[in-house]
Amino acid sequence: MSMVERPATSSFWNDTGKTGIAAWIFSTDHKRIGLLYFYSVLGFFLVGVLLGLLLRIELMAPGRTIMGPQTYNALFTVHGVVMIFLFIIPGFPGAFGNLLMPIQIGARDVAFPRLNLLSWWLYMIGAATILTALFTGGGPPDTGWTFYVPFSARTGTNVSLAVLGVFIVGFSSILTGVNFVTTIHRLRAEGMTWGRLPLFVWSLYATAWVQILATPILGITLVLIIAERLLGTGLFDPGRGGDPLMYQHLFWIYSHPAVYIMILPAMGVVTEIIPVFSRKPIFGYKMIAFSSLAIAAAGSLVWGHHMYTSGMSDNAVLVFSFLTFIVAIPSAIKVFNWVSTLYKGSISLEAPMLFALSFILLFSIGGLAGLILGAAATDIHVHDTHFVVGHFHYVIFGGSGFAFLGAMHYWLPKFYGRRYAEKPAVVGWAMMFVGFNILYFSMMVLGMKGMPRRYYDYLPEFAPLNLASTIGSWILAAGLVLLLVNLFRGLFRGEPFGNNPWGGATLEWAIPTPPSTENFEQDPVVTHGPYDFKRAGMP
Amino acid sequence: MAPGKQAHYIMGYGQLTTVWLGLLALTALTVWVSRHDLGIGHVWGSLAIAAVKGGLVIAFFMHMRYEGRLLRWLLFLTLVTLAIYIGFTFFDVLYR
Amino acid sequence: MSRPPHRDYAGAKLGMWLFLFTELILFGGLFLLYAVYLARYPHEFAAAGREMHLAFGVANTVILITSSLLAAMAVTAVQRDDRRTTLALLGGTILCAAIFLVDKYLEWGAEIGRGIYPDSPRLAAGPPGESVFFSLYYLTTGLHGLHVLIGGALLAVVAARVKRGAIHPGDYVWLENGALYWHLVDLIWIFIFPLYYLVL
Repeated sequence: MSMVERPATSSFWNDTGKTGIAAWIFSTDHKRIGLLYFYSVLGFFLVGVLLGLLLRIELMAPGRTIMGPQTYNALFTVHGVVMIFLFIIPGFPGAFGNLLMPIQIGARDVAFPRLNLLSWWLYMIGAATILTALFTGGGPPDTGWTFYVPFSARTGTNVSLAVLGVFIVGFSSILTGVNFVTTIHRLRAEGMTWGRLPLFVWSLYATAWVQILATPILGITLVLIIAERLLGTGLFDPGRGGDPLMYQHLFWIYSHPAVYIMILPAMGVVTEIIPVFSRKPIFGYKMIAFSSLAIAAAGSLVWGHHMYTSGMSDNAVLVFSFLTFIVAIPSAIKVFNWVSTLYKGSISLEAPMLFALSFILLFSIGGLAGLILGAAATDIHVHDTHFVVGHFHYVIFGGSGFAFLGAMHYWLPKFYGRRYAEKPAVVGWAMMFVGFNILYFSMMVLGMKGMPRRYYDYLPEFAPLNLASTIGSWILAAGLVLLLVNLFRGLFRGEPFGNNPWGGATLEWAIPTPPSTENFEQDPVVTHGPYDFKRAGMP
Repeated sequence: MAPGKQAHYIMGYGQLTTVWLGLLALTALTVWVSRHDLGIGHVWGSLAIAAVKGGLVIAFFMHMRYEGRLLRWLLFLTLVTLAIYIGFTFFDVLYR
Repeated sequence: MSRPPHRDYAGAKLGMWLFLFTELILFGGLFLLYAVYLARYPHEFAAAGREMHLAFGVANTVILITSSLLAAMAVTAVQRDDRRTTLALLGGTILCAAIFLVDKYLEWGAEIGRGIYPDSPRLAAGPPGESVFFSLYYLTTGLHGLHVLIGGALLAVVAARVKRGAIHPGDYVWLENGALYWHLVDLIWIFIFPLYYLVL
């Protein structure tokens, strides 16, 4: 595919003898599908970043800066829809799950390779539908990514088509979940017991269950919006006996667990990177695996904490607030285990490790901010303010986003056979880290002071921090550009990357770089755990 | 793994027909109950009969009775999840 | 390097069941709404339920239960290597699906004729709970009808494969999974029936 000659050894890039675009978009090889997903989600990520930068420019100063209120409403809606449904939800399972999970369990492919390809196609069709919705009908949706009724049922913008696109993307996500659960149950290599499963696979397994059990609720909710708009069913219209709060219940029954679709695999990535760059087996393997399942389970019980100020009953506020705090326990288990793994380790601060470490810090800040939001008493004050915006960007961007970039630096060289230059990667990471904190910490402070979210204008006293936040977004973006240019330059033209330069003990490091289409010459027999560096032959 | 290597239980036509007759009888019962019992327990009664019918379909027509433990646990997990979705919503609905 | 393609019977069935779980949850969202609105409007729901044609509902219940029996027998027939019976039973199942849809069409037609459909003037003038009941009724049975259509089409594909000999006693996971999907359609209806036709 690339202009540059691949390493001479045969690999999945050339060993099927098939070239050209059709050999990619109709390939059932999990690695090719993984790369298809990777480039698709990365493209949408960049679109989302661009929209985010525009939003920040608008908020740089009070009053109208570069766009009017309707454009602003459309931009934050599309920013949210793209980042959530087109980038981070399909991102980890679709890209890195596909690239790595079959190899890490010692399989040749996923259980249903053609279904896997269908998932990617559905994802692309859904994405195309969403994009079409932006430029047709009444214009881009202006409801926010949550599509709350009654506004979404009445606005003249093109909500129906956008919602249909999200429905199709959701279907793709379900099929990926079905595929991954079946694969992990059925295709583990001989000796790959549940206790030897890499923790990234464990996190994908928990994620896949959330995809299976929560996404259908999103599907039916979106169907209900379309029915509300096109048929006038009135199920959420109080004038006709409906209840708008039921929409919020249904939406968050999916969308809260969806947060764990975004963060669990990111935690899995961090759990892979930390032991390798600490030269130490992971601390508390069983507890980390268990906490992934516990987060998925407990995360399904807490959707009501998005609705404290909605008019929901006080009893429900109490119950959901209490349950929300339970999620903090398995999350903290993970953080403590990562820190314990670092303790007395021989730490090498290379790019993937820097991302993993910043994940721990940023995720912890975001998570602790989440406790403020989870407690009903404090949430009332900061609900729907920039504090919330800061909180979920700390968790989803500082957490999942940084882990995604970490995964790119850790794993992509394995599939390209070439690597990036270390120094620009570190500089890019540092710029992103600094810019990120200026950008989003300012938002949290603004929210504490009472600046609401989703307004294109604000009071003059919020101006200095907004300006700081916008400048932070430029530092972040500059770092991101440097990082990506360096990474892709390296993947195509950089130094050769050996079979196992990082010294990992999971199976992907035991096969040639880049892997062959079949992954393994013979089906592997696993005799040691995923972080047993000694028995994997590492010093 | 060769297809059909695992032993499959083959359900006889007679066995399936018996289940079918049971389902028809329960359908008649649920209609009869709805015509005669007008108490508040009536919705729960209909749901209980529906659950028994659903159980018959799953156990026999869908062969769950002859499957391994894994599928049964996963089905249980799904039903519990659905029960939680519906049940927890009532924390709001019942006390508003 | 070329090894035989992977065939995993239990894996295929596990995948199908996982998919069926997602279908259960999909309908579960509608049942959730039903439960909430029944709790809020018990009398309106009962009044609306009396407007329903019980005969259509009973007929469709019997049709679907019978079709489920035929689908289950088709699996037995293929296990016994009886292709003719398999095909006949599958044909019977698909015929039941068609009758079900015709029945549903007549029923919807009768109701729409009486001015009962979402956003209709008659429902708008009536108590709010009844309009909620009928909106849910149309959405639930509509989505279910769509599944009947998909299930029927799927079984037609399966029948074609049986005819070609691609489904045989050594490899009938397609038939088994198709039948599983069909039983799910039946299973959902078993709950729709009392909730919409018998809530008096």
